[in-house]
Parts: sequence; structure tokens; C-alpha cells
Amino acid sequence: MTAETVIGAVGAKAEFRTCQYTGLKVDAAAQKLIIANAVAAVVFLLLGGVMGLLVALTRWPAVHLLPADWFYLVLTGHGANVLLFWIIFFEMAILYFASAVLLNSRLAAPKLAWLGFLLMIAGAVMGNVAVLQGESSVMFTSYPPMMARPHFYLSIILFAVGALIGCGIFFATLVIAKEERTYEGSIPLVTFGALTAAIIAVFTIASGAVILIPTMLWSMGLISDIDPLLYKVVWWGMGHSSQQINVSAHVSIWYLTAALLIGAKPLSEKVSRTAFLMYILFLQLASAHHLLAEPGLDASWKIVNTSYMMYLAVMGSMVHGLTVPGAIEAAQRRNGFNRGMFEWLRKAPWGHPAFSAMFLSLVFFGFIGGISGVVLGTEQLNVLMHNTIYVPGHFHGTVVAGTTLAFMGATYLVLPLIFQREILWPKLAKMQPYLFGIGAAGISLFMMGAGTLGVARRHWDITFSDANLSFAHSAGAFLMMGLNGIFAIIAAVGGAIYVVVVVGTVLFGEKIKGGHKLTFPLHAGGGAVASHYGSEKTPKLPGTIILVTIFFVCFVLYYFINWKYLSELWLFR
Amino acid sequence: MPPTEANAPQQDERVPVMQRILDNPFLLLFLGVTLPTVLYLIWGVMEVASVPLAK
Repeated sequence: MTAETVIGAVGAKAEFRTCQYTGLKVDAAAQKLIIANAVAAVVFLLLGGVMGLLVALTRWPAVHLLPADWFYLVLTGHGANVLLFWIIFFEMAILYFASAVLLNSRLAAPKLAWLGFLLMIAGAVMGNVAVLQGESSVMFTSYPPMMARPHFYLSIILFAVGALIGCGIFFATLVIAKEERTYEGSIPLVTFGALTAAIIAVFTIASGAVILIPTMLWSMGLISDIDPLLYKVVWWGMGHSSQQINVSAHVSIWYLTAALLIGAKPLSEKVSRTAFLMYILFLQLASAHHLLAEPGLDASWKIVNTSYMMYLAVMGSMVHGLTVPGAIEAAQRRNGFNRGMFEWLRKAPWGHPAFSAMFLSLVFFGFIGGISGVVLGTEQLNVLMHNTIYVPGHFHGTVVAGTTLAFMGATYLVLPLIFQREILWPKLAKMQPYLFGIGAAGISLFMMGAGTLGVARRHWDITFSDANLSFAHSAGAFLMMGLNGIFAIIAAVGGAIYVVVVVGTVLFGEKIKGGHKLTFPLHAGGGAVASHYGSEKTPKLPGTIILVTIFFVCFVLYYFINWKYLSELWLFR
Repeated sequence: MPPTEANAPQQDERVPVMQRILDNPFLLLFLGVTLPTVLYLIWGVMEVASVPLAK
């Protein structure tokens, strides 16, 4: 059976160029689609980022910028634009890069891929129109009985169908590459990580279709009602799993960046692939942690899906948390940075924005998003901060300080390698990941702090000025929300610099020609490492072991501090 | 052509089961969709469906 018979009408002709920096063959059709998806991603990041700043300035009690109706409208738009549109457009670019480019293959069915892209654009534009019309301020979760206009639900369905087509193109390209023997042995680890993301995306999109199609019919008056608890169960199969696509994709970006910039091979292909397999099998089950406080669901379902199965996925993340810095240390030592415990880390390319973004993403994702995710996923501890602003604090640690920062770093690779433009304003580009990373980490930490003090999520006014029964949060809670606002401004400045550098580079950056020396260079042979199966031989990792030990100590301390908090809440007699 | 000494062991080399699983994207797709569908979605929907109706 040939690739053509598996996939159908696949154009066998493809135009390739060879990248002068990586040696990879780049299919022109894949390149155009990567560019289109990356541009769309940045546009929706800009829109969602501005809305996010407005949300933070409203939740800052001293500023309290927007009136209530605008606050909920903007909060809905912020969630849709950054959690769905920015990230999934960028993930489509990653899927096409990790399949066609890394496997030196032609892309399957480019016309179909463009159809998917257009559906995603139509969905994203329609979603923003629906939100800005003001009758769909149901927030990202859109829980019934709150009802949005039918085209709000339709927009997400269209976007999801487009993304599903993109996943199909990815799988088909894997088949073509295998059939045409464009690679030897197993697919590279980065492509395997992208495969993990695509698999989770299929489950995510299917869950979304199962619940959003009937919800749209309900909003059209064709179905009498939607059971709120049933909606929550199925919706979170999409809502949380969509964030697990991000985790798989940004871990792939970590490996890719380490390979291209330092020549880092995985410490062990088997171990890293097994960690991705744990994601494939168990990561989506963590959706249940959003439902740990629901009385209608049995404790067995909650505990199996979170405290048992989720921990296996967490183990996968902890494996990557060891193997990514470990691979960097091993490669740096091979490159000659062998003195002491940490010369490899001190002499890492911190001035390369792709590296600094990747490493900060790794640290913030692990220490902030990862640890807080385990705490939230523990049924007993969850009651401490369920539906408080701790929850957005957690997912800003994973999706903003983790995924978004990693994707920003990847952009500094995509611009010279795919857009073939030299990065404009390199000094701004160098500082951008630090500014955005520190801002995003601050947002996460201070929201988590405020949530621990009881501040509710999604609440327009924490002073409860129009409530019949008065309530006053502690001064510490107000301080945390103020600091959250300040760090949101820092992150917004970092985000604005990112958009300015990217747009400036795409429009005015020097066109890269043969023999051009990059401002931010790659490791010689990095392309070959990224595109081939192979593990590091006999690595020594004393520095990484110390870093991982620090992580574990923080993890254990924070976990048990929360059990201590819990024991102070309730007296068990 | 009969196998030479040089290439015979390579031909006989068996790919480990785990690697064969990891090299099969469609098996992984099946596992990655089926497991959460059964453990999370179907079991969760059955839980909701078993909640008694208020009278």
C-alpha cells in the first residue's frame, strides 16, 4: 500500500530548499503553512494579550479599570484568544515543522491543510466578533445555564474542525515520510513529542464536538436544556486537554531548542519516549481536577482520574524536567564547558533569546505550574483553593510562563530558518524573554498567593462593594492583587516587545541569503541532532542532579505545607 | 542472494516490543483516545446519569 493510497489525492510533486544552517530539506508548501499559522498566532496573541492586561488592571483594586459588563466580555475574549487561538495556531506550525521539515519530507495534502487553516481563521474571527457583540460574555468555560449566541459556539466548532484537519495532515505526513523513507529508524524525539500533542488534540477536539454541538443547538432553541454537570464533565475533556496539547508541544520545543543551539541529544531516547507515552495515556485524565468539588461525581472517579492516573503523567513531566537540563549539561560538557558543577550552565547561550526563553520556560513550568498542578489535583488539597484565583495562577504558570514563553523562544528560530529573515533589533530580542518571563512568573505567583488568601477567580470586585452582606479580604490579598497588576504590566511590555520584534523582522528584517552569518547562531550539527534518533553516550550530570534535588525539596515542602493548611481549616474529631 | 556473515545478524535483529509500540503512531492514537474516553468521559457520564432526579 503506498502513501498515495493511504492518504488519497496527495500531490507527489514538491519543491524543496535546503536550509544552510540545519541541512534540513524544507518543503515549500510546509514552509508557507508554517508562516501563515505563525503569523495568525501572533495576531491573536496581540489581541488576547491586550485583553489580558485589561483584565489584570480591572482586578487590581486600586485601578479597577473596566465596568463589570466589559470586564466579563474582555475576560471571555482573553481566554479564547490566548488559550485557544494563539496557542493552537502556533501548534499547527509546530506540527508541520516537526513532520515535514524534521523528517525531510513533503507535506501531505497542502490544499487540505490550507482549508484547515481557513476554517481556523474563520472560527477565530467569528469568535471575536461574537464576544465583542456583547451577548456572549460566558467566559472561556461557557457553563450552562449561561447562554452565548449560537455563532459563539459555532466559531469554536469551526476552529476545532480546522485544527483537526491539521492533525490529520500531520499523521498523513508521517505516513508519507515512512513510505518514502525520508528518515531512518524511529522518528526523532521532537517529532514524537509533536505526535503526542497531535494525539491529545484528537481527543480534545472530539470532546469539544461532543458537547459544543448540542450546546449550540440549545442556544438556537432546538434543544430544551443542557445538564450543567454533564456539560462540565465533557467540556473539561476539551478545556483541560487543550492545555495538555500545549505541554507536549512545549516540551518538544525544549528538546528542539537544546538540539539546535547546543547540539544536545536526549539522555535516553527510551526514557524520554516513555515519558511522552505517559502523557499519551494519562495526561488528559487530569481534566477531572476541575470537578473535584462537584457533589454529583463519585470519589472513585475523581481519585482514579487525578490522584492515581494523573501522577503517572506528572512522572512523565518530572522525567522531562531531568532529561532536558541533563541533555543540555551533557552537551555543554562535550562542548568543553567541564569545570566544576555549573560552568555548563554559566556558559550557556543566555544571550540567545531562544535559549533564555526555553530555559526560563522549563524552570517556571516546573516550579510554578507543575508543583501547583499537583496540589490542585489532590482531592483533599483542592478544597483549599478550588475556584479561587489560585487556579488562574496555576495555569498562567503552565500556559504563559511555560508554553507561551517556549513558543516565543521558538519564534526566534522560526524567523531566520523558515521566514529567512534576520532578527531586527537583537538587543530588544535578547531582553524580551527575561521581561516577559519575570512578568508571567510574577502574575502566576501573586494570583496563587491571593487565591490562597481566598480571593475568588473571575470576580469583578473583591471589595464586594454592592453586596448586602459585607466581607473584607485581608490586606495581604489586596497587596497580592496589586502586585499581580504590576507584574501583568511587566509581562505586557515583554509581550509588546515580542510582537514589535516579530512584526518588524517579518516586514523589514534583512532577507537571509547564502553565506549569511546569523546574529543568533545555531550549533554546528544541531539540525542533524534534532532530526535523528540517538541518545547521549555516558553522560555525567552532577549539576543537573543538584538542580533536580532543589526542585524535589521545593515540591515536597510546598506539598506538605498545604496539608498543614488543610489541617488548620478543619478539626477532625 | 544468501545472507553474508556481515549482514546476517542485522537481518535477524529483533526490534523490541516497546519500540514497535512507540513506532506505531496509529496504535498510540488508538490508546491515547480510548483510555481517556473510557476512564474519564464514559465513566464520568455514567456517574452523572446515575444521579437521582429531584422529585
